[in-house]
Amino acid sequence: MASTEEIREGLAEIVNEITGVPAEDVQLGKSFTDDLDIDSLSMVEVVVAAEEKFGVKIPDEEVKNLATVGDAVTFIEKAGS
Amino acid sequence: MNGVTIQVDREPRASRVLGIGGYRPSRSVTNAEIVDRIDSSDEWIRTRSGIESRRWANDEETVVAMSLAAARKALADAGVQPEQVDCVIVSTVTHLFQTPSAAAEIAHKLGTNRAAAFDVSAACAGFCYGLSLASDMVRAGTARHVVVIGVERLSDLTDKTDRSTAFLFADGAGAAVVGPAADLGEAGIGPVVWGSDGEHLDLIRQKEDWRDALFGEAGPSMPHLVMEGNPVFRWASYEMAKVAQEALTAAGVTVEDLDVFVPHQANMRITDAMSRQLKLPERVAVARDIATQGNTSAASIPLAIERMLETGEAQSGDLALIIGFGAGLVYAGQVIRIP
Repeated sequence: MASTEEIREGLAEIVNEITGVPAEDVQLGKSFTDDLDIDSLSMVEVVVAAEEKFGVKIPDEEVKNLATVGDAVTFIEKAGS
Repeated sequence: MNGVTIQVDREPRASRVLGIGGYRPSRSVTNAEIVDRIDSSDEWIRTRSGIESRRWANDEETVVAMSLAAARKALADAGVQPEQVDCVIVSTVTHLFQTPSAAAEIAHKLGTNRAAAFDVSAACAGFCYGLSLASDMVRAGTARHVVVIGVERLSDLTDKTDRSTAFLFADGAGAAVVGPAADLGEAGIGPVVWGSDGEHLDLIRQKEDWRDALFGEAGPSMPHLVMEGNPVFRWASYEMAKVAQEALTAAGVTVEDLDVFVPHQANMRITDAMSRQLKLPERVAVARDIATQGNTSAASIPLAIERMLETGEAQSGDLALIIGFGAGLVYAGQVIRIP
């Protein structure tokens, strides 16, 4: 299983690829909407790419609970363990 | 069994699209006219949907009137006379009569010689469903020329205060004439890849049935269409890209062979995501009619093709991938040659 930092880095890569936000800005405390300016449709794309990359399932109803990068990393850690 | 054989037609045939035509309502509605009722902004609508303005029909621009205009253009484009038409198929969810069908009235007003006529309810996949039926009819010898019309007045069923749909839905009509190809090698319509997924019936739907709309506590009022944007975006962008790929495979072609990609004009973001998933080469022209037309459900694909022909983005003979998807959920995709 990947470490927290590895998941954050992987997620940062995805966010950068889909939205153009610099990967180094994607830190655990950052809010997807308020800090990184990622809208709900881009968030769906990030989620689908994360599912593929980390081999986890992130249900639609769970996505709205993933407010920060840290929330997403924690969810992926738990879902993958 | 008495030994008599029922005769059937055994001649192998291929079908193709002979002509395309569209009708756009006269009234263009800007985002500025929409935003106050949904507490939104021009920028929000553009970034979420790619829509700058949409067309809404006036009272005279009925489902039948718009269909007739589109069908006459398609017949002229095809060089086919109304009396040569054997069947009229109308795909719509906004002809507000249970019966008779819009198709029967249109077949008569077009001047066909008592052509077979019926309506199809397949929401935003309606044009591709109708095209598939028409193609099979021509291939089987059931009909020689078929007029397929996708037409909607979605503005009638739109809640103008609903933040997730008020900026999206629009009105218009598009038509195609389907007829026989010279021989099997000249086939212009590939096999359809289609299906339904009723498990997700709730994602896009008419909120209340007519009885509730008329006689329920909140009534009488028009029923409204509702949609859950994010799950629909996910389904359309990813699952439908797979269906599109299957349609290519079924026709024996790859993305490298394509000239044009015309997905249902649901949302520019869906078009972009599907294009990325399909790994379309840059030279493939992608339909973006939604920007000034809005989402016209069954009408969107023929309208988009017509515009691409007008602008020169598409040319006669181009190989196009088309795919429709919507409420049901239902979907259908095929490869066609642009007439």
